[in-house]
Amino acid sequence: MALEALRVNRLRSALTMLGVIIGVSAVVILVAIGTGAKDAIEDEISGLGSNIILVVPGQLNFQAAPTQSRLDLADVAYVRRVVGDPGQVTVSVQSGESMRVGRNEAFVTIVGTDENIPNVFDRPLKRGRYLTESDIDTRRRVAVLGSEVSGQLFGDLDPVGRQATIAGVRFRVVGVYDKVGATFGVARDREVHIPVTTAQRLLGVQRVNGIAIGASGPDVIDSLGKKVVDALVARYPGEKFSAVTQTQLLGTIGTVLGMLTGVLAAIAGISLLVGGVGVSNIMLVSVRERTKEIGLRKALGARQRDVLGQFLIEAVLLTTIGGLIGIALGVGGSLLIEALSPVPASITLWSILLAFGVSVVVGVFFGVAPARRAGRLDPVVALRSE
Amino acid sequence: MTAFEAAGLTRSYQLEGVTVDALRGVDLTIGDGEFAAIIGPSGSGKSTLMHLLGCLDRPTSGVLKVGGVDVSTLDDTQLAELRNRMIGFVFQSFHLLARTSALDNVALPLVYRGVAKAERRAKAREALTAVGLAHRLDHRPSQMSGGEQQRVAIARALVGDPQVVLADEPTGNLDTRNGDEVMGLLERLNADQGVAIVLVTHEPEVAVRARRQIHVRDGLIERDVA
Ligand SMILES: Nc1ncnc2c1ncn2[C@@H]1O[C@H](COP(=O)(O)OP(=O)(O)OP(=O)(O)O)[C@@H](O)[C@H]1O
Ligand SMILES: [Mg+2]
Repeated sequence: MALEALRVNRLRSALTMLGVIIGVSAVVILVAIGTGAKDAIEDEISGLGSNIILVVPGQLNFQAAPTQSRLDLADVAYVRRVVGDPGQVTVSVQSGESMRVGRNEAFVTIVGTDENIPNVFDRPLKRGRYLTESDIDTRRRVAVLGSEVSGQLFGDLDPVGRQATIAGVRFRVVGVYDKVGATFGVARDREVHIPVTTAQRLLGVQRVNGIAIGASGPDVIDSLGKKVVDALVARYPGEKFSAVTQTQLLGTIGTVLGMLTGVLAAIAGISLLVGGVGVSNIMLVSVRERTKEIGLRKALGARQRDVLGQFLIEAVLLTTIGGLIGIALGVGGSLLIEALSPVPASITLWSILLAFGVSVVVGVFFGVAPARRAGRLDPVVALRSE
Repeated sequence: MTAFEAAGLTRSYQLEGVTVDALRGVDLTIGDGEFAAIIGPSGSGKSTLMHLLGCLDRPTSGVLKVGGVDVSTLDDTQLAELRNRMIGFVFQSFHLLARTSALDNVALPLVYRGVAKAERRAKAREALTAVGLAHRLDHRPSQMSGGEQQRVAIARALVGDPQVVLADEPTGNLDTRNGDEVMGLLERLNADQGVAIVLVTHEPEVAVRARRQIHVRDGLIERDVA
C-alpha cells in the first residue's frame, strides 16, 4: 500500500529520495577514501622497517617548525657509544641540489650518510655497492643513486663507475638502489646518498639533521629511544630531543586520518539530514494533498495510529529505498575511484551499515511530524475539504 | 434497540470570532431497520447532523447514543472502531481512492478491522456482486461511470455488515436513471438485510421513497413525517 503511494508520484518520490541518495553515497565514498588513504599511509610506514628509531633535535610537534639542529658527528659517535652497537646507528644530512650528467639534469635530495644504511633501513641495491667506512673516513666523492635519479640521468645505461656533478662538484657513482617508492611524500627514489663527511664539506655545515637507530627488536624500541634521548639531554642540559618510532607515527597519523574520515563522514551526514528535511517537506505536501483520503479512511474506521503508521511507513520506505540506492552508488563510486584514479578507496562495512541505519532513522525522525499531523486530522474537516 | 437516540443535540462553529449555530437542539430517535430521509434547504444543518450521527464529529452539547452507547464516553480510538463496525457511509462525491481497484476500495473498511487479506477480498467480491458489479472488480474509479462508482461506494458501506448506512446526498451527482438505481439498491439493502438507512437529499422524489421524512430548517427539526 505504501509502495503504491510512492509509485503514484514516481518523479516526486525520486526527487525526494535524491537528497538521501546523495547523502548516503557521499558517506560511503568519503569514508572509503579516508580509510583507503589511512591504509595506504600505514602500509608505507610499515614499509620503512618496523624497528627504526629516529632521533631528532627539538620536540616532535606537528604544529611547530622543525628546530635548527645542534647535533654534529661527535654527538653521533656519542649516541653510538650509548646504543652500544655502532653498526645499528646511521646519520643524515640533507639538502636539495641539482645533479647533472652531460646535458641531463635532475633535482635530487642529497643525503649525507654512512655505511650503516643497510643495517638500519631496508634499502636493497640493484647495482654496485653501498657506501663504505673508508668512503666516510677519506671523504670520498662517491654516490649511490636512487632508482629514479639513475633513470633520469643515465637512462638505460649502467651508471656504476660513471661521473656525475652535484652542485658543481664531480662524483663517481658506485651503486644504484632498487626502487622503493615514496614515503610520506618523501620520494626516496629521488635520493642520492653520499658520505656524510663529503656532504658536510659540500654544504658547508657541521651539523647533522637526524640520527636513525635500528633496534634489535620491537620490545626494546621504547626503552632504547628513551635511553638515547636521556643521554642527549644529559649532554646538553635544558635542550629537547625526540625519539620517533614507527608505532608513534602510525598512532599519530592514524588519529589524524581517523579524524579526517570522521569529519568527511559528518559533512556527508549533513547532506543526509538535508535529504531528511526534503522528505519531511514532501510528506507534509502529501498529507495536505491527501486530506480527503485521510478523512475517508477515518470515516471507514482508521484509528489515529493506523493513519500515522501509513504515513510513517511511506516516509521510511522513501528514505530506505533512497539509502539502498545510495549504498549501491557509493559502493560503485568507490570501486570506480579505486580502479580509475590514484586515490585509494577501501569500502568499509561500518560506513554502509551506518549510512543505512541513519537513512532509516532519518525517515522515522522526519516522517513523524507529517504522519502525526495526518493522524490527528479531524475526519469532518478532512471530508469537507474539496 | 434503537440505532440513534439524540437529545438536545447542538453543534456550533467558531468562525473568525462569530459563533455559527449549525444545530440548535435536535431531539431524534431512529430505530433499527428504519429508512429515513433528512430534507431541508442548503445550510440548514443536514450534513452537520449526519456527521454527528456518524460519529465523525462530536456535539457541542446534548446527548447522542449510537446502538445504545453514549458516544461522549468513548475516546477517538473507540469512536473509530464504532464507525468501523456499526456504520457505513455513502457520500455525494463517492470518495473512492483513485488508482485503487474497486475490489480494494470495497475491502478497505475490513483492513481496519484486522481481517486477513483473502477473507477481505472474498467479502469485497461478494459485496460488489450484490450491487451488480461482479464484472468491474479490477476497474479503477476513473474507469467507471458515476453510477458505477456510487455502487462501489455502497458495496464498501455494506461490506462490514453495518447496522446503519448514512448517505449524504447519494444521488446528488447522478442522473435520474443512475440515481434511481442507487435508491433501488438502498431500498433493497433496507428491506432484505434490515439495515437502517438515513439519507440526506434535496430531491422530493428521492425523499418520498423513504418511509419517514425529517425536515430540518435552521438547525432544528421542523417536521418529522412517518
Ligand atoms: N467547519 C465549519 N466552520 C464553520 N461553519 C460551518 C462549518 N461546517 C458547517 N458550517 C456551517 O453550518 C451550517 C450548516 O452546514 P451544513 O453543511 O450542515 O449544511 P447542509 O444542510 O448540509 O447544507 P447543503 O445542503 O448545502 O449541504 C452552515 O451555515 C455552514 O456554513
Ligand atoms: Mg450538506
